Amino acid sequence: MSVAEPSTPSAAGASAAILVEKLNLWYGDFQALFDVDLRVRAGAITSLIGPSGCGKTTLLRSVNRINERLGYVRTTGSIRLWGLDVLDPSVELAQLRKQVGMVFQRPNPLPLSVRDNVLFGTRVHLPGGKPPTRAEAGRIVEEALREVLLWDELKDSLDRRGTELSLEQQQKLCIARLLPVKPRLLLMDEPCSALDPAGTEAVEELIWKLRGDYTILIVTHNMAQARRASEECVFMLLGEMIEHSDTASMFLNPANEQTAAYIEGRYG
Amino acid sequence: MFEATAQNRRNRKVEGLFRLLFLWMTCMLILPVALILGVLIVRGGPAISWEFLFSPPTNGMTAGGILPALVGTVWLVVVALIASVPVGVAAALYLSEYAPDNRLTRAINLAIINLAGVPSIVHALFGVGAFVIFFRFGTSILAASLTLAVMTLPVVIVATRESLQTVPLAFREACWNMGATRWQTIRKIVLPNSISGILTGVILEVSRTSGETAPIMFTGAAFFLPFLPQGVLDQTMAMSLHLFVISTQVPDVPEHMPFGVALVLISMVLAMNGISIAFRVYLRGRKKW
Repeated sequence: MSVAEPSTPSAAGASAAILVEKLNLWYGDFQALFDVDLRVRAGAITSLIGPSGCGKTTLLRSVNRINERLGYVRTTGSIRLWGLDVLDPSVELAQLRKQVGMVFQRPNPLPLSVRDNVLFGTRVHLPGGKPPTRAEAGRIVEEALREVLLWDELKDSLDRRGTELSLEQQQKLCIARLLPVKPRLLLMDEPCSALDPAGTEAVEELIWKLRGDYTILIVTHNMAQARRASEECVFMLLGEMIEHSDTASMFLNPANEQTAAYIEGRYG
Repeated sequence: MFEATAQNRRNRKVEGLFRLLFLWMTCMLILPVALILGVLIVRGGPAISWEFLFSPPTNGMTAGGILPALVGTVWLVVVALIASVPVGVAAALYLSEYAPDNRLTRAINLAIINLAGVPSIVHALFGVGAFVIFFRFGTSILAASLTLAVMTLPVVIVATRESLQTVPLAFREACWNMGATRWQTIRKIVLPNSISGILTGVILEVSRTSGETAPIMFTGAAFFLPFLPQGVLDQTMAMSLHLFVISTQVPDVPEHMPFGVALVLISMVLAMNGISIAFRVYLRGRKKW
């Protein structure tokens, strides 16, 4: 599965999948983000790190506007995906969320069969204007499960409930569920923190494999994971973006004093 | 090192005392239920026969059976359900899945709680004013059932809403994050996983409705009417009112008859509750997450 070129390449360059400019965000009176600027390279894995409460999850949840559901969230600034402003009131949220898949900290497969979990997106969005036929559905399920390395384990148990699988399988299923509607960006909010070490390794491997086909923005608490499983790294502190560089140089040679302190584990 | 101190022994004594107290209270709770059932079975049991269940009352209700009342109660309950379940479930869906947490929503919730607290005789008078007179349904099954429906609406709403809220928020979030609308989320995930609770609420409503007397006595239930109702605009006899009438208003009713009516009524209610419990256990067994 490969991603089509953006239909409207932005002036800022086709290589930026996400371009955040001067983003401020308030939860009621509390300001959670301060003038955040961020440029996420298309096709790369970018990790957001920083201590709890630094705004990394808030930033992630602003990208697909899932924050707004809370009702008391106010934002200024802009978030552009492939050159298009997603904060614009004319944006259709259903389309935005089709293009931007989200993976949660706790695997949340739906209480449906494995097959129906994978097909859920196509049934919601009806890409061909109608639900997939049996043959198409079979192909979609196989393709998505193969892509997340679950096909061989689950091909004989597609009728099992997604909620009965192991946590590792559940999380992979949650990723597979996003793929049939062909998103271009995957947001992951600590996708491995509910998994055991073996599960973490397997899911990290999967994320690494998806690199290139999808732009991936991943929030993690786990420094080792950011180091292993991302190409670029963004360090945030108290709602501000402190440093953004490629992962190797951030960990070897952080430019900022606070980044260095955090990476070395002096706080966090 | 491990011997009991005086304090330990005192604690243990107090502990035993409270255990006994709570056990005693629980027994006190079960006792009336057991007594009611026992008395009804012993004294009403002899009245029960095919003839009693399937023939109309005769001799000024001092003999014969209860068929018109039995059929009438079924009519009243079914029409009340048809009226209240769609409205109640829709209202609960709105309150649980759509309504923002604001002053209006809180006011609606308060109204529902207050509606549940309105005495049934007040509902009866409302039913007379609204359905019998204003809507010109006359004293009929329709007017009586609508009165029952209004009275039980809060029960349906509260049971449905509680059942909807047992579906974890994570499932809804998963749906919304995939671009599903609220309605798609409700149809595909929320309703299929809460239907057992909703049905339980409905069945409880049935058992509740079938025993009500006050709301129907001015709106559609007849004192004595030895025919079966033919449609919703007919009057009808009902089990609860029939029991009241033959216990207090009619002289020379053989003693076993009111007990027989009560036994049939309570059996209907218990059977409904039993079905509701069995259903819930069955559906809960299938549900895994």
